[in-house]
Amino acid sequence: MDLIIEGIFKAFHLVFGGDAEIWAITWLSLKVSGSATLIALIMGIPLGIALATARFPGRPLIVALVNTGMDFPPVVVGLFVSITLWRSGPLGFLNLIYTPTAMVVAQVIIALPIVASLTMAAFQTLNPKLGLQIMGIGASKPQLLWLLCKEARLPMLAAVMAGFGGVISEVGSVMMVGGNIKGQTRVLTTATVLETQMGNFGTAIALGLILLALAFAVNLLLTKIQQREQIRWPKPS
Amino acid sequence: MAEALLALQDILVRYGESPIIQIPSLAVHSGEVLAIIGPNGAGKSTLLRVMGLLEQPTKGKVYFHGREVVQENALSARRRMASVFQEPLLLNASVYENAALGLKLRGLSHKSIEQRVNPWLERLGLARFPKRPARSLSGGEAQRTSLARALALDPELLLLDEPFSALDPPTREGLLLDLERILRETGITTVFVTHDRDEAFMLGDRIAVLIGGRLLQVGATTEVFARPANEAVADFVGVDTKIPGVVETMSEGLARVGFDGSSVEVVGDFQVGERLLLCLRPEDITLSPPSGEDFKSSARNRLLGKIIKITPWGSHYRVALACGGSRLVAFITRPSFLDLKLHEGDNVMASFKATAVHVIKRK
Repeated sequence: MDLIIEGIFKAFHLVFGGDAEIWAITWLSLKVSGSATLIALIMGIPLGIALATARFPGRPLIVALVNTGMDFPPVVVGLFVSITLWRSGPLGFLNLIYTPTAMVVAQVIIALPIVASLTMAAFQTLNPKLGLQIMGIGASKPQLLWLLCKEARLPMLAAVMAGFGGVISEVGSVMMVGGNIKGQTRVLTTATVLETQMGNFGTAIALGLILLALAFAVNLLLTKIQQREQIRWPKPS
Repeated sequence: MAEALLALQDILVRYGESPIIQIPSLAVHSGEVLAIIGPNGAGKSTLLRVMGLLEQPTKGKVYFHGREVVQENALSARRRMASVFQEPLLLNASVYENAALGLKLRGLSHKSIEQRVNPWLERLGLARFPKRPARSLSGGEAQRTSLARALALDPELLLLDEPFSALDPPTREGLLLDLERILRETGITTVFVTHDRDEAFMLGDRIAVLIGGRLLQVGATTEVFARPANEAVADFVGVDTKIPGVVETMSEGLARVGFDGSSVEVVGDFQVGERLLLCLRPEDITLSPPSGEDFKSSARNRLLGKIIKITPWGSHYRVALACGGSRLVAFITRPSFLDLKLHEGDNVMASFKATAVHVIKRK
């Protein structure tokens, strides 16, 4: 019990004492997972919309792949990206292995199917005739797309949350492709693993708390937006 | 005739192998209300989508103001029209924002949008709750919002796809009356799709009957109801009296047509043995006592029938008769109804002129 209490004290000291290394690690985590989520959104939203609205040959196969991709174990993604970026691998000449860029690449691969799949689901909740009606009052194609995105905004926020939540908390792939190098590729999850293994429970708890707080804050923000838009259900008497 | 606002030429829409609609030509003239009627699955909505430039036909051309609509001018042509569908498809936003959407898409300023939207909210009874979320509206209110959204665009062509069929009867009637007045007062050229002949009769200047993807008759509303071009149209528009018969003799442009042991004379040139369908409008049939002694009418045809149903019909009475296996429906005024002392089950003499019979040749 002492161990835990001592750890928590140490954690608070680290967090509020402004430990430079801890904040650097936090910042890198945010940067890597934030950009991975952003890139996954930029690629995944159009893909999800296309899968929901267009009919083309090979669509069922892509849908199946995307849905499978939602459950990709991060270590498998890490393995795949490691091999590709390995110094003697196909893209080894880029010298990206053990860099934050490699971590972003791996996390994009993890987040993209989540974003695409949830966007597809979000668009499939819309009435298929809504597009026709919007065209029927004079929308151009780009205007139509924008209005449909706005209409599907609530379920699409779920795609953002799930994508970010998935990558900020994963440890397998960033460990493998980033290498957990101090000051370079060490992020909250990999640092937590390391500190725990070394028995530095105070630091580990501090890192864990920051990770939790981060995930909580981002989800709180998005949930607030989502709830503001919700219609009120009638209260049963 | 004035140049058509919208014209279709050799339109074919095919999904896979089966053709959905085949329309050699159809024109919508400025200022008219064209009602397209037909049973479910006739291709009415597909036809309306083609007219509204929302669906590219497999083959054929659409002309707007005499110019062929091609990809380059489709958006600008589409922006001079407005569509309203059966389900009021609104965005998850307020009544006002929904009604303003079309104008917003055209890049108008907030102020001019407001000036154009507010009068329609007022007129359609939505002005009391412009800020209400669309999701909280009843079916009728939502459809009114959808209509306001279309009318605020001041469209040259208004396309309505069964806008009332999802509403309950009182709501539907209220909206139908409002729309009838709006169309009459604004003179907006309108194409109105419905499977309801009463709606078509009430709103349409002309009627196009679409059955099985083909236009079987296009004409003035009264013409289509009084003189259906064939049996399918007669069935659909609901001609009350339809008597199937066979030509027995022909002389000097008068044919004697026999059915159920009786016969009547009709005007026209037919072959002996030809199968005909005789259509009669209820107001062309007069009723008299069955004795026939005091019969003074110049009507040539007389049929004895038994009254099966009497229904008060405004200032008239609608009397349904059974004449052998056929059914006749007559409208008579209240005074002559009282005069004749008619009761259900009574025998009565129905008479009508040979010229009053609209004859359809049967296949």
